Amino acid sequence: MDRREFLKRVACISSTALIGRGDVSAEEAHVHTDRYGVLVDTTFCIGCRRCEWACNEWNKNPNQPVKNFEDKTVFQTVRRTRAATFTVVNRFKNPDDNKPVYVKKQCMHCENPACLSACFVDAFRKTEKGAVIYNPDVCVGCRYCMVACPFDIPAYEYNEPISPRVTKCTFCFDRISKEGKVPACAEICPTETLRFGKRQDLITLAYERIRNNPRRYIKHVYGEHEVGGTSWLYLSAVPFEQIGFRTDLGKKTIPDMSKGFLFMTKVFEIIAAWPLVFAAFYALSKVKDRKNKSETSSQGKKTDGHGKTS
Amino acid sequence: MERQADRASSWIREKLFLGMSFREYLKSNMTIANGIAAIILAVAIPVMVYRLVYGLGPSTNLTDTNPWGIWIGVDILCGIVLAAGGLVIGTMYYLFGMRQYHHFVRPAILTSLLGYVFAVFALLFDLGRYYRLPYPMVVSFGLTSIMFLIAWHFALYIVALFIEWSPALFEWLNLRKFREFFSKLAVWAAVFGVIIAGGHQSALGALFVIAPGKLHPLWYSELLPVFFLVSAIIAGLSMVIVESMLTHKVFKKQVEHFDHAEFEKLTMNLGKGASAGLIVYFALKVFGLAHSGRWDLLNTVYGYWFLFEILVFALLPAFLFAYGVRYKNVRITRWTAVMTVIGIVLNRINTSLVAFNWNAPERYYPRWTEVAITVGVITMGVLTFRWIVNRMAILHDHPDYESMH
Repeated sequence: MDRREFLKRVACISSTALIGRGDVSAEEAHVHTDRYGVLVDTTFCIGCRRCEWACNEWNKNPNQPVKNFEDKTVFQTVRRTRAATFTVVNRFKNPDDNKPVYVKKQCMHCENPACLSACFVDAFRKTEKGAVIYNPDVCVGCRYCMVACPFDIPAYEYNEPISPRVTKCTFCFDRISKEGKVPACAEICPTETLRFGKRQDLITLAYERIRNNPRRYIKHVYGEHEVGGTSWLYLSAVPFEQIGFRTDLGKKTIPDMSKGFLFMTKVFEIIAAWPLVFAAFYALSKVKDRKNKSETSSQGKKTDGHGKTS
Repeated sequence: MERQADRASSWIREKLFLGMSFREYLKSNMTIANGIAAIILAVAIPVMVYRLVYGLGPSTNLTDTNPWGIWIGVDILCGIVLAAGGLVIGTMYYLFGMRQYHHFVRPAILTSLLGYVFAVFALLFDLGRYYRLPYPMVVSFGLTSIMFLIAWHFALYIVALFIEWSPALFEWLNLRKFREFFSKLAVWAAVFGVIIAGGHQSALGALFVIAPGKLHPLWYSELLPVFFLVSAIIAGLSMVIVESMLTHKVFKKQVEHFDHAEFEKLTMNLGKGASAGLIVYFALKVFGLAHSGRWDLLNTVYGYWFLFEILVFALLPAFLFAYGVRYKNVRITRWTAVMTVIGIVLNRINTSLVAFNWNAPERYYPRWTEVAITVGVITMGVLTFRWIVNRMAILHDHPDYESMH
């Protein structure tokens, strides 16, 4: 048992004693076998960017003719998701053979989303199918979700003066909730890059591919454990940090990082309240005592103890 | 009718124009300080309107990667920590019964109240949909969010501070019954305020615990809430010293009857507390560093900046306060308080702007319009403070009312 675990348990026990209910967060990591995911096999991607086109099309973002997406000059910079661009494909170089590696980027749809836990008006929701979706009707625009997201995905409509929204990939939740439909990007993908399915099955498939082609892949399914797991999973031929992924995020879910604090604060405020209330009560009664005394001893004297009265 | 009109005009004259005619009052306001304030506001107010009409895009340098700028880093983080004086003095006076701090209470409470009110006012410009400010209170509840806790705590604390300050308001309005009632309520408001002020001061640090991948490892720590709370107490003590020093210079006439020896002694005592707080804070910072084990990062540019922050603005003032107290040098104590305040402002700016997104491809620098609004809001706060101090019994007891204590 390490120090943190110990503290957690102590907090658990004392809180159970206090309010009759333990901190259940630690045990909350159920496996949702029903949730969907997408396996992105970067070794197949040819950088055609048709997924970008299809994404814009389905989400009614400003779009261009599909031919314009063959333009390779956009790969000169590493792009990120923007207000009207929910997905981008970036190009990296495989250091072994200098061949390009194309990597699609979009919301990872975390199992325990940071944005969701950060939102103070509960504008995010993790649907049963696995999509993390955003509700603009309650959003105040504090942009804490953007600070919280470990993958830097949510973007903001900064140029919308009155009703700006946070924008990000929706996992085409309106499509995937219907039987047989897959996300727009997965549907248009001309290669084997994007595979939509049950997340659990995709993990099995990913390890199968690694096992069958140990020289083609590195032994890591990105998204299986990162920040507690994501719906979107990645396979790669080169270490993930070389193709724009953060590999220092750890396995701990981001919501757990604020849970402990919120819990301790509430406990503290409940415990600390009592002595403070008594102290105030005591202070008040003392004032009353003194007032009674001063009234009996020197009547008519109005001020006391403030500077020099003489 | 005539008499009523007369009474109304004399009320305006006495209460609003400080007993002068309108013309005299205008003339008395023709000062250099007011001229500077007028210039600042002449720039800032149109910029505020511009922000509300044209949106965040044209008026800020915020990007998708850097969603928070100086309106959070300075207006909120610095504004709130420097408003901790009410928390510190409130605790000492109401809860620990340190009656000798009597004349620090009202100015500290007023400073805190205005600090919070204007921080929230500044926040309106930062929020994309500012007109939804009350949403976390009434429409939709994000119970897992630290921001939710902060929103509620801000709202409740502003009410608590208002109650603590309101006896001065009712004395000014000459509403004796209200004044008596709220004086009694003030103690309870203070208790409530102490509980929740500690909660949200630390919560502001906890905001950044959510982003371990974005905040530089030297500043990131699971102890951030503790750092923020301890430094808020230090900031509160230092701000009370700084603010009392300034008000005693600016409002000389109001403190003529002051016992200066006593005032200096209490200033020194506050310095003693700040010194102890700074030692604890410095130790915690070192402990946090040891816990992360990233000593190697000290030998980088960010490392030097980190060392500069904690050595020059935490350890050094701790010793300077101790020196000032030991040799009864009130000048050193006061200047060290100024230094400490600067240090804590630096810490908040480092945490939210300099060390935040230190590894991101795009960095943030404020646009002039952002600076204009920040400076404008601070100016409004100072003007409001002066307006109230000139009219209400903040620095002295009201002659018609017995002291509350």
